[in-house]
Amino acid sequence: MRTRAEQFLPFALLLPSIAFLGLLILIPMVQALLLAVMAEGGGLTLENFQRMLGDVNFSDAWRNTLLLLFLIVPLQIVLALAMALLINSRFRGHGFFLYIYAIPLAISDLAAGILWLAVFTERGYLNSALQSAGVIDQPILFLSFENFAGIVSAIVIAESWRATAIVLLILIAGLQLIPRDFFEAADLFGADRIRRTIHVVLPLLRPSLQSALIIRTIFAFQTFAVVFALAGRNMPVLAGEAYTWYAANRNEHLAATYAVLLLGLTVAATVVYLRVLGLREAEVQR
Amino acid sequence: MNPRVLDRTLIYGSAILLAVWVLIPFYIIAISAFTPQARIFDYPKPLIPTTFSTDTMQFFVEARGVIPSVINSLLVAVFTIVFGLALGTPAGYALARFHFRGREAFQVIVLATKMFPIAILSIPLAVTFLQLGLYDNLVSVALVHTAMALPFVILVTGGVFVAVSHELEEAAQTLGCSRWGAFLRVALPLALPGLAAAAIFTFVISWNEVFAATILTLRARTLPAQVLAGLGTSPLGFKFAGGLFMALPAVVFIFMIRRYLINLWGSR
Repeated sequence: MRTRAEQFLPFALLLPSIAFLGLLILIPMVQALLLAVMAEGGGLTLENFQRMLGDVNFSDAWRNTLLLLFLIVPLQIVLALAMALLINSRFRGHGFFLYIYAIPLAISDLAAGILWLAVFTERGYLNSALQSAGVIDQPILFLSFENFAGIVSAIVIAESWRATAIVLLILIAGLQLIPRDFFEAADLFGADRIRRTIHVVLPLLRPSLQSALIIRTIFAFQTFAVVFALAGRNMPVLAGEAYTWYAANRNEHLAATYAVLLLGLTVAATVVYLRVLGLREAEVQR
Repeated sequence: MNPRVLDRTLIYGSAILLAVWVLIPFYIIAISAFTPQARIFDYPKPLIPTTFSTDTMQFFVEARGVIPSVINSLLVAVFTIVFGLALGTPAGYALARFHFRGREAFQVIVLATKMFPIAILSIPLAVTFLQLGLYDNLVSVALVHTAMALPFVILVTGGVFVAVSHELEEAAQTLGCSRWGAFLRVALPLALPGLAAAAIFTFVISWNEVFAATILTLRARTLPAQVLAGLGTSPLGFKFAGGLFMALPAVVFIFMIRRYLINLWGSR
Protein backbone atom coordinates (compact mmCIF):
# COMPACT_ATOMS: atom_id res chain seq x y z
CA MET A 1 0.00 0.00 0.00
CA ARG A 2 1.48 3.23 -1.10
CA THR A 3 0.39 6.64 0.01
CA ARG A 4 0.59 9.59 -2.35
CA ALA A 5 3.54 10.96 -0.44
CA GLU A 6 5.36 7.64 -0.91
CA GLN A 7 4.97 7.91 -4.67
CA PHE A 8 6.62 11.30 -4.77
CA LEU A 9 9.37 10.36 -2.34
CA PRO A 10 11.87 8.96 -4.88
CA PHE A 11 11.56 12.08 -7.02
CA ALA A 12 12.03 14.32 -4.01
CA LEU A 13 15.17 12.35 -3.15
CA LEU A 14 16.59 12.71 -6.67
CA LEU A 15 15.68 16.34 -7.16
CA PRO A 16 18.65 17.89 -5.31
CA SER A 17 21.16 15.90 -7.39
CA ILE A 18 19.45 16.67 -10.68
CA ALA A 19 19.10 20.37 -9.88
CA PHE A 20 22.73 20.57 -8.78
CA LEU A 21 24.10 18.81 -11.86
CA GLY A 22 21.93 21.00 -14.07
CA LEU A 23 23.31 24.13 -12.44
CA LEU A 24 26.93 23.01 -12.53
CA ILE A 25 26.94 21.35 -15.97
CA LEU A 26 24.19 22.61 -18.28
CA ILE A 27 24.48 26.31 -17.47
CA PRO A 28 28.29 26.46 -17.83
CA MET A 29 28.01 24.52 -21.11
CA VAL A 30 25.74 27.19 -22.55
CA GLN A 31 27.98 29.86 -21.06
CA ALA A 32 31.06 28.32 -22.71
CA LEU A 33 29.31 28.41 -26.08
CA LEU A 34 28.28 32.04 -25.57
CA LEU A 35 31.81 33.07 -24.55
CA ALA A 36 33.22 31.34 -27.61
CA VAL A 37 30.94 33.06 -30.10
CA MET A 38 31.09 36.49 -28.51
CA ALA A 39 33.62 39.21 -29.21
CA GLU A 40 35.50 40.89 -26.37
CA GLY A 41 33.24 43.95 -26.48
CA GLY A 42 30.00 42.02 -27.19
CA GLY A 43 28.28 40.97 -30.41
CA LEU A 44 28.40 37.64 -32.23
CA THR A 45 31.60 36.63 -34.00
CA LEU A 46 33.59 33.68 -35.28
CA GLU A 47 36.80 35.56 -34.55
CA ASN A 48 37.64 33.42 -31.50
CA PHE A 49 37.53 30.24 -33.55
CA GLN A 50 39.64 31.83 -36.28
CA ARG A 51 42.20 33.02 -33.71
CA MET A 52 42.30 29.56 -32.12
CA LEU A 53 42.83 27.81 -35.47
CA GLY A 54 45.44 30.36 -36.51
CA ASP A 55 47.38 30.23 -33.21
CA VAL A 56 51.02 29.09 -33.46
CA ASN A 57 50.48 26.33 -30.89
CA PHE A 58 47.16 25.07 -32.19
CA SER A 59 48.29 22.53 -34.78
CA ASP A 60 50.98 21.19 -32.42
CA ALA A 61 48.49 20.94 -29.56
CA TRP A 62 46.02 19.14 -31.81
CA ARG A 63 48.64 16.70 -33.12
CA ASN A 64 50.12 16.03 -29.67
CA THR A 65 46.74 15.43 -28.05
CA LEU A 66 45.75 12.90 -30.73
CA LEU A 67 49.19 11.25 -30.71
CA LEU A 68 49.06 10.74 -26.95
CA LEU A 69 45.51 9.43 -27.24
CA PHE A 70 46.43 6.84 -29.89
CA LEU A 71 49.45 5.67 -27.95
CA ILE A 72 48.06 5.70 -24.41
CA VAL A 73 44.56 4.26 -24.77
CA PRO A 74 45.45 0.94 -26.50
CA LEU A 75 48.41 0.43 -24.16
CA GLN A 76 46.18 0.92 -21.13
CA ILE A 77 43.55 -1.47 -22.43
CA VAL A 78 46.11 -4.22 -23.07
CA LEU A 79 47.84 -3.72 -19.72
CA ALA A 80 44.57 -3.56 -17.80
CA LEU A 81 43.23 -6.63 -19.62
CA ALA A 82 46.32 -8.60 -18.60
CA MET A 83 45.89 -7.52 -14.99
CA ALA A 84 42.14 -8.17 -14.99
CA LEU A 85 42.42 -11.69 -16.46
CA LEU A 86 45.17 -12.48 -13.97
CA ILE A 87 43.10 -11.25 -11.00
CA ASN A 88 40.01 -13.04 -12.30
CA SER A 89 41.82 -16.38 -12.25
CA ARG A 90 41.32 -16.01 -8.47
CA PHE A 91 44.71 -17.32 -7.46
CA ARG A 92 45.60 -17.19 -3.76
CA GLY A 93 46.37 -13.60 -2.86
CA HIS A 94 44.60 -12.04 -5.86
CA GLY A 95 42.89 -9.52 -3.54
CA PHE A 96 46.25 -8.20 -2.42
CA PHE A 97 47.44 -7.77 -5.99
CA LEU A 98 44.18 -6.03 -6.96
CA TYR A 99 44.82 -3.53 -4.17
CA ILE A 100 48.37 -2.88 -5.43
CA TYR A 101 47.23 -2.46 -9.04
CA ALA A 102 44.47 -0.06 -7.95
CA ILE A 103 46.70 2.34 -5.99
CA PRO A 104 47.38 4.69 -8.96
CA LEU A 105 43.60 5.28 -9.08
CA ALA A 106 44.11 7.77 -6.25
CA ILE A 107 47.06 9.56 -7.88
CA SER A 108 46.50 12.81 -9.75
CA ASP A 109 47.93 13.26 -13.22
CA LEU A 110 50.10 16.03 -11.76
CA ALA A 111 51.56 13.74 -9.08
CA ALA A 112 52.03 10.95 -11.65
CA GLY A 113 53.98 13.35 -13.86
CA ILE A 114 56.25 14.31 -10.95
CA LEU A 115 56.78 10.68 -9.90
CA TRP A 116 57.99 9.84 -13.40
CA LEU A 117 60.00 13.07 -13.58
CA ALA A 118 62.21 11.61 -10.85
CA VAL A 119 62.76 8.64 -13.18
CA PHE A 120 63.29 10.47 -16.49
CA THR A 121 65.00 13.71 -15.51
CA GLU A 122 68.57 14.21 -16.76
CA ARG A 123 70.23 13.07 -13.54
CA GLY A 124 67.32 10.85 -12.62
CA TYR A 125 67.09 7.19 -11.79
CA LEU A 126 66.73 5.76 -15.29
CA ASN A 127 69.93 7.41 -16.48
CA SER A 128 71.61 6.44 -13.20
CA ALA A 129 70.64 2.81 -13.64
CA LEU A 130 71.71 2.72 -17.30
CA GLN A 131 75.02 4.40 -16.49
CA SER A 132 75.76 2.09 -13.56
CA ALA A 133 75.01 -0.88 -15.78
CA GLY A 134 77.45 0.49 -18.35
CA VAL A 135 74.84 0.87 -21.08
CA ILE A 136 75.47 4.60 -21.57
CA ASP A 137 78.46 6.90 -21.05
CA GLN A 138 76.55 10.08 -20.40
CA PRO A 139 72.94 10.81 -19.42
CA ILE A 140 70.29 10.76 -22.16
CA LEU A 141 68.18 13.95 -22.30
CA PHE A 142 64.80 12.20 -22.30
CA LEU A 143 62.86 15.40 -21.62
CA SER A 144 64.75 17.90 -23.77
CA PHE A 145 62.59 19.82 -26.26
CA GLU A 146 64.87 18.46 -28.99
CA ASN A 147 63.99 14.89 -28.04
CA PHE A 148 60.34 14.64 -29.09
CA ALA A 149 60.29 10.83 -28.97
CA GLY A 150 61.76 10.93 -25.47
CA ILE A 151 59.13 13.36 -24.17
CA VAL A 152 56.29 11.42 -25.78
CA SER A 153 57.53 8.10 -24.35
CA ALA A 154 57.84 9.56 -20.86
CA ILE A 155 54.30 10.99 -20.97
CA VAL A 156 52.87 7.77 -22.43
CA ILE A 157 54.52 5.71 -19.70
CA ALA A 158 53.45 8.04 -16.87
CA GLU A 159 49.86 8.31 -18.07
CA SER A 160 49.56 4.58 -18.80
CA TRP A 161 50.92 3.83 -15.37
CA ARG A 162 48.36 6.10 -13.70
CA ALA A 163 45.12 5.49 -15.55
CA THR A 164 45.41 1.74 -16.21
CA ALA A 165 43.83 1.32 -12.77
CA ILE A 166 40.53 2.83 -13.95
CA VAL A 167 40.37 0.50 -16.96
CA LEU A 168 41.28 -2.42 -14.70
CA LEU A 169 38.32 -1.79 -12.38
CA ILE A 170 35.90 -1.45 -15.31
CA LEU A 171 37.15 -4.75 -16.78
CA ILE A 172 37.06 -6.61 -13.46
CA ALA A 173 33.50 -5.45 -12.88
CA GLY A 174 32.71 -6.80 -16.36
CA LEU A 175 34.45 -10.12 -15.72
CA GLN A 176 32.47 -10.59 -12.52
CA LEU A 177 29.25 -10.41 -14.53
CA ILE A 178 30.30 -13.43 -16.61
CA PRO A 179 28.84 -16.51 -14.90
CA ARG A 180 31.49 -18.94 -13.68
CA ASP A 181 29.64 -21.73 -15.55
CA PHE A 182 30.87 -20.27 -18.82
CA PHE A 183 34.46 -20.88 -17.79
CA GLU A 184 33.63 -24.41 -16.64
CA ALA A 185 31.74 -25.17 -19.84
CA ALA A 186 34.75 -24.09 -21.85
CA ASP A 187 36.95 -26.34 -19.70
CA LEU A 188 34.63 -29.26 -20.33
CA PHE A 189 35.02 -28.86 -24.06
CA GLY A 190 38.76 -28.93 -23.61
CA ALA A 191 39.51 -25.29 -24.31
CA ASP A 192 42.87 -24.26 -22.96
CA ARG A 193 43.29 -20.97 -21.20
CA ILE A 194 44.26 -18.87 -24.23
CA ARG A 195 41.52 -20.23 -26.48
CA ARG A 196 39.01 -19.81 -23.66
CA THR A 197 40.08 -16.19 -23.23
CA ILE A 198 39.77 -15.39 -26.92
CA HIS A 199 36.57 -17.28 -27.70
CA VAL A 200 34.61 -17.07 -24.45
CA VAL A 201 35.85 -14.26 -22.24
CA LEU A 202 36.65 -11.46 -24.68
CA PRO A 203 33.31 -11.52 -26.55
CA LEU A 204 31.43 -11.47 -23.24
CA LEU A 205 33.65 -8.66 -21.99
CA ARG A 206 32.97 -6.47 -25.02
CA PRO A 207 30.54 -4.05 -23.33
CA SER A 208 33.06 -3.35 -20.57
CA LEU A 209 35.90 -2.94 -23.06
CA GLN A 210 33.77 -0.45 -24.95
CA SER A 211 32.89 1.65 -21.93
CA ALA A 212 36.55 1.60 -20.86
CA LEU A 213 37.49 2.78 -24.35
CA ILE A 214 34.98 5.64 -24.26
CA ILE A 215 35.89 6.78 -20.75
CA ARG A 216 39.62 6.70 -21.40
CA THR A 217 39.32 8.51 -24.74
CA ILE A 218 37.27 11.29 -23.17
CA PHE A 219 39.79 11.65 -20.34
CA ALA A 220 42.72 11.59 -22.78
CA PHE A 221 41.41 14.81 -24.34
CA GLN A 222 41.84 16.42 -20.93
CA THR A 223 45.46 15.32 -20.48
CA PHE A 224 47.45 18.30 -19.30
CA ALA A 225 49.11 18.30 -15.84
CA VAL A 226 51.19 15.19 -16.56
CA VAL A 227 52.43 16.90 -19.73
CA PHE A 228 53.28 20.13 -17.88
CA ALA A 229 55.13 18.21 -15.16
CA LEU A 230 57.29 16.25 -17.60
CA ALA A 231 57.71 18.59 -20.57
CA GLY A 232 56.76 22.06 -19.34
CA ARG A 233 55.59 24.20 -22.25
CA ASN A 234 57.65 22.23 -24.76
CA MET A 235 54.69 20.04 -25.55
CA PRO A 236 51.44 21.93 -26.12
CA VAL A 237 48.19 19.96 -25.72
CA LEU A 238 44.60 21.17 -26.15
CA ALA A 239 43.62 21.23 -22.46
CA GLY A 240 46.92 22.91 -21.65
CA GLU A 241 46.18 25.64 -24.22
CA ALA A 242 42.77 26.21 -22.60
CA TYR A 243 44.53 26.63 -19.26
CA THR A 244 47.25 28.91 -20.67
CA TRP A 245 44.77 31.17 -22.47
CA TYR A 246 42.79 31.57 -19.29
CA ALA A 247 45.47 31.73 -16.59
CA ALA A 248 48.46 33.27 -18.38
CA ASN A 249 47.00 35.21 -21.32
CA ARG A 250 43.84 36.30 -19.46
CA ASN A 251 41.63 35.71 -22.48
CA GLU A 252 38.51 33.90 -21.29
CA HIS A 253 36.94 33.98 -24.75
CA LEU A 254 39.75 31.99 -26.33
CA ALA A 255 39.97 29.70 -23.31
CA ALA A 256 36.23 29.06 -23.64
CA THR A 257 36.69 28.38 -27.36
CA TYR A 258 39.17 25.62 -26.49
CA ALA A 259 36.69 24.34 -23.90
CA VAL A 260 33.98 24.18 -26.58
CA LEU A 261 36.37 22.31 -28.87
CA LEU A 262 37.12 19.78 -26.09
CA LEU A 263 33.41 19.34 -25.35
CA GLY A 264 32.78 18.82 -29.06
CA LEU A 265 35.54 16.21 -29.24
CA THR A 266 34.04 14.42 -26.22
CA VAL A 267 30.64 14.21 -27.88
CA ALA A 268 32.16 13.23 -31.24
CA ALA A 269 34.30 10.46 -29.71
CA THR A 270 31.31 9.03 -27.85
CA VAL A 271 29.12 9.06 -30.96
CA VAL A 272 31.86 7.51 -33.11
CA TYR A 273 32.48 4.71 -30.62
CA LEU A 274 28.78 4.00 -30.24
CA ARG A 275 28.34 3.88 -34.03
CA VAL A 276 31.51 2.08 -35.06
CA LEU A 277 31.48 -0.44 -32.27
CA GLY A 278 27.73 -0.87 -32.45
CA LEU A 279 27.24 -0.30 -28.77
CA ARG A 280 23.55 -0.51 -28.07
CA GLU A 281 21.75 1.60 -25.55
CA ALA A 282 20.89 -1.46 -23.51
CA GLU A 283 24.57 -2.12 -23.05
CA VAL A 284 25.30 1.41 -21.91
CA GLN A 285 22.65 1.06 -19.26
CA ARG A 286 23.89 -2.26 -18.07
CA MET B 1 58.48 -29.15 -14.36
CA ASN B 2 54.96 -30.46 -14.13
CA PRO B 3 52.24 -28.34 -15.77
CA ARG B 4 50.62 -27.26 -12.49
CA VAL B 5 53.85 -25.89 -11.08
CA LEU B 6 54.61 -24.19 -14.40
CA ASP B 7 51.13 -22.66 -14.37
CA ARG B 8 51.56 -21.30 -10.87
CA THR B 9 55.02 -19.92 -11.58
CA LEU B 10 53.63 -18.15 -14.63
CA ILE B 11 50.70 -16.65 -12.71
CA TYR B 12 52.70 -15.46 -9.71
CA GLY B 13 55.59 -14.36 -11.90
CA SER B 14 53.41 -12.06 -13.99
CA ALA B 15 51.43 -10.85 -10.96
CA ILE B 16 54.66 -9.85 -9.20
CA LEU B 17 56.10 -8.26 -12.35
CA LEU B 18 53.00 -6.08 -12.76
CA ALA B 19 53.09 -5.17 -9.06
CA VAL B 20 56.72 -4.06 -9.40
CA TRP B 21 55.74 -1.87 -12.38
CA VAL B 22 53.05 -0.19 -10.25
CA LEU B 23 55.22 0.23 -7.15
CA ILE B 24 58.56 1.33 -8.62
CA PRO B 25 57.61 5.03 -9.09
CA PHE B 26 56.57 5.22 -5.42
CA TYR B 27 59.96 3.89 -4.38
CA ILE B 28 61.78 6.31 -6.71
CA ILE B 29 59.84 9.36 -5.53
CA ALA B 30 60.35 8.36 -1.88
CA ILE B 31 64.12 8.05 -2.22
CA SER B 32 64.17 11.28 -4.30
CA ALA B 33 62.20 13.24 -1.71
CA PHE B 34 64.45 12.01 1.10
CA THR B 35 67.66 12.80 -0.74
CA PRO B 36 69.43 15.75 0.93
CA GLN B 37 69.08 19.00 -1.05
CA ALA B 38 72.78 19.11 -1.84
CA ARG B 39 72.79 15.58 -3.33
CA ILE B 40 69.82 15.98 -5.69
CA PHE B 41 72.09 16.56 -8.69
CA ASP B 42 74.50 13.72 -7.86
CA TYR B 43 75.01 11.40 -10.80
CA PRO B 44 74.79 8.48 -11.17
CA LYS B 45 72.58 8.02 -8.12
CA PRO B 46 72.58 4.68 -6.29
CA LEU B 47 69.26 2.79 -6.53
CA ILE B 48 69.61 1.97 -2.87
CA PRO B 49 70.18 5.33 -1.16
CA THR B 50 73.22 5.78 1.04
CA THR B 51 72.03 9.02 2.59
CA PHE B 52 68.72 9.79 4.18
CA SER B 53 67.59 13.27 5.09
CA THR B 54 64.36 15.11 5.68
CA ASP B 55 65.73 18.48 4.62
CA THR B 56 64.16 18.37 1.12
CA MET B 57 60.78 17.58 2.69
CA GLN B 58 61.37 20.32 5.23
CA PHE B 59 62.24 22.79 2.49
CA PHE B 60 58.97 21.93 0.74
CA VAL B 61 56.80 22.23 3.86
CA GLU B 62 58.43 25.53 4.83
CA ALA B 63 58.21 27.01 1.32
CA ARG B 64 55.88 29.98 1.03
CA GLY B 65 52.27 29.06 0.45
CA VAL B 66 52.61 25.30 0.93
CA ILE B 67 51.05 24.96 4.39
CA PRO B 68 48.13 27.30 3.53
CA SER B 69 47.56 25.34 0.30
CA VAL B 70 47.44 22.06 2.23
CA ILE B 71 44.89 23.59 4.59
CA ASN B 72 42.90 24.86 1.57
CA SER B 73 43.02 21.39 -0.01
CA LEU B 74 41.70 19.81 3.19
CA LEU B 75 38.93 22.42 3.52
CA VAL B 76 37.83 22.01 -0.11
CA ALA B 77 37.81 18.22 0.36
CA VAL B 78 35.70 18.48 3.52
CA PHE B 79 33.21 20.84 1.82
CA THR B 80 33.06 18.47 -1.14
CA ILE B 81 32.38 15.49 1.13
CA VAL B 82 29.59 17.36 2.92
CA PHE B 83 27.96 18.58 -0.31
CA GLY B 84 28.49 15.26 -2.08
CA LEU B 85 27.01 13.09 0.67
CA ALA B 86 24.14 15.51 1.33
CA LEU B 87 23.13 15.46 -2.34
CA GLY B 88 24.15 11.93 -3.27
CA THR B 89 22.96 9.80 -0.34
CA PRO B 90 19.23 10.52 -0.91
CA ALA B 91 19.63 9.74 -4.61
CA GLY B 92 21.52 6.51 -3.87
CA TYR B 93 18.80 5.52 -1.39
CA ALA B 94 16.08 6.25 -3.95
CA LEU B 95 17.81 4.07 -6.56
CA ALA B 96 18.20 1.24 -4.07
CA ARG B 97 14.68 1.25 -2.62
CA PHE B 98 12.21 2.41 -5.25
CA HIS B 99 11.11 1.37 -8.68
CA PHE B 100 9.77 4.51 -10.26
CA ARG B 101 9.28 5.96 -13.70
CA GLY B 102 12.46 7.56 -15.00
CA ARG B 103 14.74 5.37 -12.89
CA GLU B 104 16.69 4.18 -15.96
CA ALA B 105 16.89 7.71 -17.32
CA PHE B 106 18.40 8.87 -14.04
CA GLN B 107 20.95 6.06 -14.14
CA VAL B 108 21.98 7.16 -17.62
CA ILE B 109 22.40 10.73 -16.34
CA VAL B 110 24.64 9.45 -13.54
CA LEU B 111 26.78 7.41 -15.97
CA ALA B 112 27.05 10.30 -18.42
CA THR B 113 28.13 12.67 -15.64
CA LYS B 114 30.79 10.21 -14.53
CA MET B 115 32.36 10.46 -17.98
CA PHE B 116 31.72 14.15 -18.58
CA PRO B 117 34.78 16.47 -18.69
CA ILE B 118 33.52 18.69 -15.87
CA ALA B 119 36.95 20.26 -15.21
CA ILE B 120 36.82 21.96 -18.62
CA LEU B 121 33.64 23.73 -17.51
CA SER B 122 35.59 25.63 -14.86
CA ILE B 123 36.52 28.16 -17.56
CA PRO B 124 32.95 29.46 -18.11
CA LEU B 125 32.26 28.87 -14.40
CA ALA B 126 35.17 31.14 -13.48
CA VAL B 127 33.52 33.97 -15.43
CA THR B 128 30.21 33.39 -13.63
CA PHE B 129 31.86 33.11 -10.22
CA LEU B 130 33.71 36.37 -10.89
CA GLN B 131 30.40 38.11 -11.57
CA LEU B 132 28.85 36.60 -8.43
CA GLY B 133 31.83 37.52 -6.26
CA LEU B 134 32.59 33.82 -5.69
CA TYR B 135 35.89 33.74 -7.56
CA ASP B 136 39.02 32.67 -5.68
CA ASN B 137 36.72 31.07 -3.10
CA LEU B 138 37.18 27.58 -1.66
CA VAL B 139 33.42 26.89 -1.71
CA SER B 140 33.23 27.44 -5.46
CA VAL B 141 36.11 24.99 -6.01
CA ALA B 142 34.26 22.54 -3.77
CA LEU B 143 31.09 22.96 -5.87
CA VAL B 144 32.94 21.87 -9.03
CA HIS B 145 34.55 18.97 -7.17
CA THR B 146 31.10 17.97 -5.90
CA ALA B 147 29.80 17.76 -9.47
CA MET B 148 32.72 15.42 -10.26
CA ALA B 149 32.24 13.25 -7.19
CA LEU B 150 28.43 13.11 -7.15
CA PRO B 151 27.97 10.24 -9.64
CA PHE B 152 30.44 8.12 -7.65
CA VAL B 153 28.69 8.93 -4.37
CA ILE B 154 25.31 7.98 -5.88
CA LEU B 155 26.67 4.69 -7.26
CA VAL B 156 28.43 3.67 -4.05
CA THR B 157 25.60 4.67 -1.69
CA GLY B 158 23.11 2.99 -4.03
CA GLY B 159 25.10 -0.24 -3.79
CA VAL B 160 25.34 0.10 -0.04
CA PHE B 161 21.61 0.56 0.53
CA VAL B 162 20.79 -2.40 -1.72
CA ALA B 163 22.90 -4.49 0.64
CA VAL B 164 21.05 -3.20 3.71
CA SER B 165 17.92 -5.30 3.98
CA HIS B 166 14.70 -3.45 3.31
CA GLU B 167 12.87 -5.78 5.71
CA LEU B 168 14.80 -4.44 8.68
CA GLU B 169 13.50 -0.96 7.93
CA GLU B 170 9.94 -2.29 7.52
CA ALA B 171 10.24 -4.16 10.81
CA ALA B 172 11.28 -0.93 12.52
CA GLN B 173 8.26 0.78 10.99
CA THR B 174 5.84 -1.86 12.27
CA LEU B 175 7.41 -1.38 15.69
CA GLY B 176 6.41 2.25 15.61
CA CYS B 177 9.23 4.09 13.87
CA SER B 178 8.36 6.65 11.23
CA ARG B 179 9.83 6.09 7.77
CA TRP B 180 12.47 8.73 8.51
CA GLY B 181 13.09 7.24 11.97
CA ALA B 182 13.56 3.78 10.45
CA PHE B 183 16.03 5.17 7.96
CA LEU B 184 17.92 7.08 10.65
CA ARG B 185 18.02 4.29 13.25
CA VAL B 186 18.27 1.18 11.08
CA ALA B 187 19.44 1.77 7.49
CA LEU B 188 21.89 4.59 8.14
CA PRO B 189 23.97 2.89 10.86
CA LEU B 190 24.23 -0.29 8.77
CA ALA B 191 25.26 1.76 5.73
CA LEU B 192 27.91 3.78 7.57
CA PRO B 193 30.99 1.81 6.38
CA GLY B 194 29.86 2.21 2.78
CA LEU B 195 29.14 5.89 3.26
CA ALA B 196 32.61 6.27 4.75
CA ALA B 197 34.05 4.68 1.61
CA ALA B 198 32.08 7.14 -0.53
CA ALA B 199 33.44 9.99 1.60
CA ILE B 200 37.02 8.72 1.21
CA PHE B 201 36.74 8.43 -2.56
CA THR B 202 35.24 11.93 -2.66
CA PHE B 203 38.24 13.13 -0.68
CA VAL B 204 40.57 11.48 -3.20
CA ILE B 205 38.81 13.14 -6.16
CA SER B 206 38.99 16.57 -4.54
CA TRP B 207 42.55 16.19 -3.18
CA ASN B 208 43.81 15.25 -6.66
CA GLU B 209 41.90 17.70 -8.85
CA VAL B 210 44.22 20.12 -10.64
CA PHE B 211 42.50 21.89 -13.54
CA ALA B 212 39.42 23.43 -11.88
CA ALA B 213 41.35 24.29 -8.71
CA THR B 214 43.96 26.18 -10.75
CA ILE B 215 41.44 28.00 -12.95
CA LEU B 216 39.12 29.01 -10.10
CA THR B 217 41.70 30.36 -7.65
CA LEU B 218 44.40 33.02 -7.51
CA ARG B 219 45.43 33.18 -3.87
CA ALA B 220 43.22 30.48 -2.33
CA ARG B 221 45.34 27.77 -3.98
CA THR B 222 44.88 24.10 -3.19
CA LEU B 223 48.03 21.98 -2.98
CA PRO B 224 47.91 20.67 -6.58
CA ALA B 225 47.15 24.21 -7.85
CA GLN B 226 50.09 25.55 -5.84
CA VAL B 227 52.48 22.86 -7.16
CA LEU B 228 51.23 23.28 -10.75
CA ALA B 229 51.56 27.06 -10.70
CA GLY B 230 55.17 26.70 -9.51
CA LEU B 231 56.19 23.91 -11.94
CA GLY B 232 58.11 26.25 -14.23
CA THR B 233 60.12 27.93 -11.51
CA SER B 234 60.44 25.62 -8.51
CA PRO B 235 63.59 23.54 -7.91
CA LEU B 236 63.55 19.76 -8.50
CA GLY B 237 63.64 18.99 -4.78
CA PHE B 238 60.46 21.00 -4.25
CA LYS B 239 58.69 19.06 -7.00
CA PHE B 240 59.81 15.68 -5.69
CA ALA B 241 58.72 16.47 -2.14
CA GLY B 242 55.41 17.84 -3.48
CA GLY B 243 54.91 14.71 -5.59
CA LEU B 244 55.42 12.44 -2.61
CA PHE B 245 53.17 14.60 -0.47
CA MET B 246 50.35 14.43 -3.02
CA ALA B 247 50.77 10.72 -3.80
CA LEU B 248 51.11 9.28 -0.32
CA PRO B 249 47.44 9.46 0.76
CA ALA B 250 46.62 7.25 -2.24
CA VAL B 251 48.29 4.20 -0.75
CA VAL B 252 46.34 4.52 2.50
CA PHE B 253 42.99 5.49 1.02
CA ILE B 254 42.83 2.82 -1.66
CA PHE B 255 43.56 0.29 1.07
CA MET B 256 40.66 1.64 3.16
CA ILE B 257 38.13 1.45 0.32
CA ARG B 258 39.45 -1.72 -1.34
CA ARG B 259 36.12 -3.54 -0.83
CA TYR B 260 34.22 -0.89 -2.74
CA LEU B 261 36.62 -0.43 -5.65
CA ILE B 262 34.59 -2.45 -8.13
CA ASN B 263 31.45 -0.38 -7.41
CA LEU B 264 33.25 2.84 -8.30
CA TRP B 265 34.05 2.16 -11.91
CA GLY B 266 31.95 -0.88 -12.75
CA SER B 267 29.29 0.02 -15.30
CA ARG B 268 26.38 -0.51 -12.95
